[in-house]
Amino acid sequence: MVTEQQVWEALAGIPDPEIPVISLVDLGVVRDVDVADERVHVAFTPTFLGCPALEVMRDAIADRISALGAEPEVEVVSDDSWSTDRITPAGREKLREHGFAPPAPREAGAPQLVQLQSNGFRCPYCGSRDTALENIFGPTPCRSLRYCRSCRQPFEQFKTI
Amino acid sequence: MKERTQRLLEIADDELILGWRNSEWTGIAPLLEEDVAFSSIAQNEIGHARALYELAAADLGTTADELAFDRSPEEYRCSRLVELRLVPDWAATIARQVLYEELDAERLTELKASDDPEVAGLAAKIDREEAYHRMHAQMWHDRLSGDSRFQAALEELRPQLELRGEHADEFEQLWEEMTSVRRSVAGATW
Repeated sequence: MVTEQQVWEALAGIPDPEIPVISLVDLGVVRDVDVADERVHVAFTPTFLGCPALEVMRDAIADRISALGAEPEVEVVSDDSWSTDRITPAGREKLREHGFAPPAPREAGAPQLVQLQSNGFRCPYCGSRDTALENIFGPTPCRSLRYCRSCRQPFEQFKTI
Repeated sequence: MKERTQRLLEIADDELILGWRNSEWTGIAPLLEEDVAFSSIAQNEIGHARALYELAAADLGTTADELAFDRSPEEYRCSRLVELRLVPDWAATIARQVLYEELDAERLTELKASDDPEVAGLAAKIDREEAYHRMHAQMWHDRLSGDSRFQAALEELRPQLELRGEHADEFEQLWEEMTSVRRSVAGATW
């Protein structure tokens, strides 16, 4: 019989399909694991609803559970329970190491343009705060494009939601 | 049809059709950065449409894909504003985004306060993502506000926002194209 811990360990081995340096568990999208006999129920939340990797994540979760010899039941929860604050400290560090500035903490209220245009975001390469917003939108819905004026390196910023 | 289902379909149709229209800028926007922005906004709007259709589909015992692509053109309940083909008019496109985001923000605020936890939860999630679409619209609004073409487009498009059910002439062609692959192989799964 499969244990909850085995399931969490298996899920921790699934890389994010778009940013493979971080796992689904570090991304905080696995909300709940419930084992009943041979059935494993996993609740997972999409990051952005427009995320093209949603089906890939769902299928990868199901595959890993099947590989443990259990029957997967993957529930997609489209409520407001995921935010970038769910990314674990280890996950944030992995993002930074690979050139993605991690998201700012979710504060009261929605992010504002003036905040994004400020130089409050640290360059993941040289650590400078002298950075500028180039584009609110990037290669996937969850990323923005920034530029570091110190080391002259463009980098991606994980959007705060 | 329940009132909730009707409302979900109306908003889902807006998001799907606007997403479709916005994707027409991919590759031809006036700036490379706007190619990226409009493509990303389009993708996210279609993602919102899918989540809204899924809730409506649960009420109706059908699927999100069937609601998005298997209805006849007259069954769509989107605003006439989102149906208009505005390529290659950039001023009008930005005017539409500004008008639409205003309406969408009001309606999301209302839905977030709903007694229905599924509707309120989904609206809250959509609203967080829409904050970025609103920033984009605001940035362009500020940049173009002194431009007479932009002001004229705002005036011309504003009355179309609340028109529902009377389709613009170009809607039929959008529907033909949008549903063509699905209609080409009846019952196929992908």
